[in-house]
Amino acid sequence: MNDNIKQIKDPVLSIRNLSVSYDKGKYAVKDVSVDIKRNSVTAIMGPSGCGKSTLLRAINRMHELYENIETTGTLILNGKDIKNMPTIQLRRMAGMVFQRPNPFPTMSIYDNVIAGYKLNGISLKRSEKDEIVERSLRDVTLWDEVKDTLYKKGTFLSGGQQQRLCIARALAFDPEVILLDEPTSALDPIATAKIEDLLVTLKENYTIILVTHNMSQAARISDYSLFMYLGELVEYGKTNDMFTKPRDRRTEEYLTGKFG
Amino acid sequence: MNSDKITKIILLFSSFIILFVAGGMVFSLVKGAIPAFKSFGAGFVFSNTWNPTQGSENYGALPFIAGTVITSVTALLISLPLSFSASLFLGEYYRGTRMAKVLGTMVDLLAGIPSIVYGLWGFYVLRPFLVGLGLPNQGFGVFTASIILAIMIIPYATSLSNEIIMMVPNELKEAAYSLGATKSEVIFNVIVPSARSGIIAGYILSFGRALGETMAVTMLIGNANVIPDGFFSTGNTMASVIANQFGEADGLKLSSLIAIGLLLFLITGVINAAGKFIIKKLN
Amino acid sequence: MKYQHKQIAKSKLKSRALKDKAIRVLVVLLSVVTISPIVLIIFKLIEKGYKQISLDFILKTPPNSYEAMTALANGELIPGGIANGITGTLLMMVVAAVMAIPVGVVTGIYLYENPGKFMANLTRNISDILQGVPSIVLGLIAYIWVVKGITNGYSALAGSVSLAIMMLPMIVRSTEETLKMIPVTIKEAALALGVPYYKVILKVLIPTGFSGLLTGILLGISRVLGETAPLMLTALGSTIINLNITKPTSAVPLLIWEFYNDPNMVGLIWSSSLLLMAIVLSLNLISKQIAARTK
Repeated sequence: MNDNIKQIKDPVLSIRNLSVSYDKGKYAVKDVSVDIKRNSVTAIMGPSGCGKSTLLRAINRMHELYENIETTGTLILNGKDIKNMPTIQLRRMAGMVFQRPNPFPTMSIYDNVIAGYKLNGISLKRSEKDEIVERSLRDVTLWDEVKDTLYKKGTFLSGGQQQRLCIARALAFDPEVILLDEPTSALDPIATAKIEDLLVTLKENYTIILVTHNMSQAARISDYSLFMYLGELVEYGKTNDMFTKPRDRRTEEYLTGKFG
Repeated sequence: MNSDKITKIILLFSSFIILFVAGGMVFSLVKGAIPAFKSFGAGFVFSNTWNPTQGSENYGALPFIAGTVITSVTALLISLPLSFSASLFLGEYYRGTRMAKVLGTMVDLLAGIPSIVYGLWGFYVLRPFLVGLGLPNQGFGVFTASIILAIMIIPYATSLSNEIIMMVPNELKEAAYSLGATKSEVIFNVIVPSARSGIIAGYILSFGRALGETMAVTMLIGNANVIPDGFFSTGNTMASVIANQFGEADGLKLSSLIAIGLLLFLITGVINAAGKFIIKKLN
Repeated sequence: MKYQHKQIAKSKLKSRALKDKAIRVLVVLLSVVTISPIVLIIFKLIEKGYKQISLDFILKTPPNSYEAMTALANGELIPGGIANGITGTLLMMVVAAVMAIPVGVVTGIYLYENPGKFMANLTRNISDILQGVPSIVLGLIAYIWVVKGITNGYSALAGSVSLAIMMLPMIVRSTEETLKMIPVTIKEAALALGVPYYKVILKVLIPTGFSGLLTGILLGISRVLGETAPLMLTALGSTIINLNITKPTSAVPLLIWEFYNDPNMVGLIWSSSLLLMAIVLSLNLISKQIAARTK
């Protein structure tokens, strides 16, 4: 596998020998080592069940919520081993967006954006809150659509709007990395296009890691791509290179639609 | 007529039996209560005298309505932290584990204990214990009855709120965790707000159960026909007064007891309908 | 873009983690408190009641108060048993079941076959309300209907009627829920073969859902088996074994109540309660076993 590690200068995240097993001995992610470049979009691709979501969820230690999931290996985020970070701090630095839009149904749009602060018991001045809400909603190009309905429940928005609200919720915390787990799989093509455009603009300020099983999506917006198969990292490189001249036979077969 | 039609008529007929039973209940209770309401008017509900002396008979339901409401509310308040914790244990903290299975079975078993056995345990174990703590009236009264009632409604409150808590989508909880919230913060900021109305409905239904409990309360409340003037004073509930005054009742007294039964029927009916309505709206 | 996340103070992180742990400990502690009564009650019943349990206890009727007093004075076990209560409970349960099961099951089938219809919704709501009626009120009803109206005196039949009304809504509900879980295609396959409707019910629906129906019925029976209050107003009690449904009859919970009120007989309450609990809890467990096996 070692030939796959691209040594990147000053990576925002470097993963070394990461393995995740559900039941003892059954590995969902096997010995993955990779560096993630700052201010880029990195796509994790692969057929379903290849471990791409599992890899993503290891980054913010989401697996700790469940018993029987064992994680080994090291993840260094911004020069710090995530194992030694309190999960509270880690999850502030690595915001997450889920497959299906999941705004909190009991909170207004406004409260959803600052939910992170509310949940973490951080008290902000009204003006600070207003500023964060407006900035985050502008960042996801939702501000003009919802500025008059900020105090309504977020669940009344369309699916695409809800997902952008969820991205705003992650942005409000100014994370280093944004982890997105197939964020457009429940959306229509127009909403998907909006989110893709958004991700490209967001990389100016953030690092984006995107799990997708949609190859054309990866081709459209990602700078780097990771191809995973059966828990292993098969290939990693510039998206352009991987799509034009894949080095591994499995990558080639996947990209040409032989399986997946 | 073909057999399919006959089958349909039989099915419909059996549902008529249920409606007939329910209608007949209301009719019989109202009919039985008429003499009491004729003698005392609407004041029956608000009068606090209970005088069975021949010739100067005078009955009012207020002490029992008050006793019922006080014991049931107290029971609800006592059971709340317990059943809520148990439902979090089952539905969140140890969901799906062996421990949760054991705890769940034990909570279920609580529902299987007959009321009279609760009464015995309250009388012979709990009451002396409370007397030891300095409770007056040999330990009889509202407080002791409420503790037993609380234990009796715990299984209902627990299983109803557990069901609702389990229904909160995992993705909402994960969203909160991904923002750095701790488990307790997720519980109080995400799970409880999402499950709120269901949990409230569960407690309303449990409250309805407490209102009508008879034997255990009869054995512990002290059976005094007065409005309880505190948590530790004796009293009577609507159900317990029917149970312990019925044996020697006829005429106006019997009618008054039936009238109390009618009031109890109406109160529990309204409470249950409210709880079921909320649950139906959720689904 | 300013980074704000460095603002979380270390002390704050610690206090939050501590609070989280404290709440978990509190939840576990309160959960243990919640289930402690069941342990304490069962322990108490066994501790105080096991000595009295014997074949005689099941086969004989209770002694009179004087005999019990003499036995107590001599430091012996109270002689006799609760045979009149066991037979009375059995009699009333059988009669109640005969009344409640057919009506309950057929009504459940009606609700399943006519979802959304006005009559079905009405019946379902009324049945739900019936389920919440306190048992003492059902005792009053059976008193008015049967004791005053049919048997001209306290009777086993009156007790059965009150218990039957109590079981009815539970059976209706469990029948409907069970049938809803049967795939519609099974029913349609039978109907497509031209089988008459009643045969589809008898030969397809009921056999397919049989264990579910049985679970509901057993749970219903275990719920009313320990009922005391309605029987005080209806069956009254009897010192002898009585199998005539128009005559007053004892029942195990009624006997417990009588023993509790008689200082000489009070020694029998624990063993009687132990027996009653054993029956109720095993019915409970059996029905849950059946339910678990078919799931």
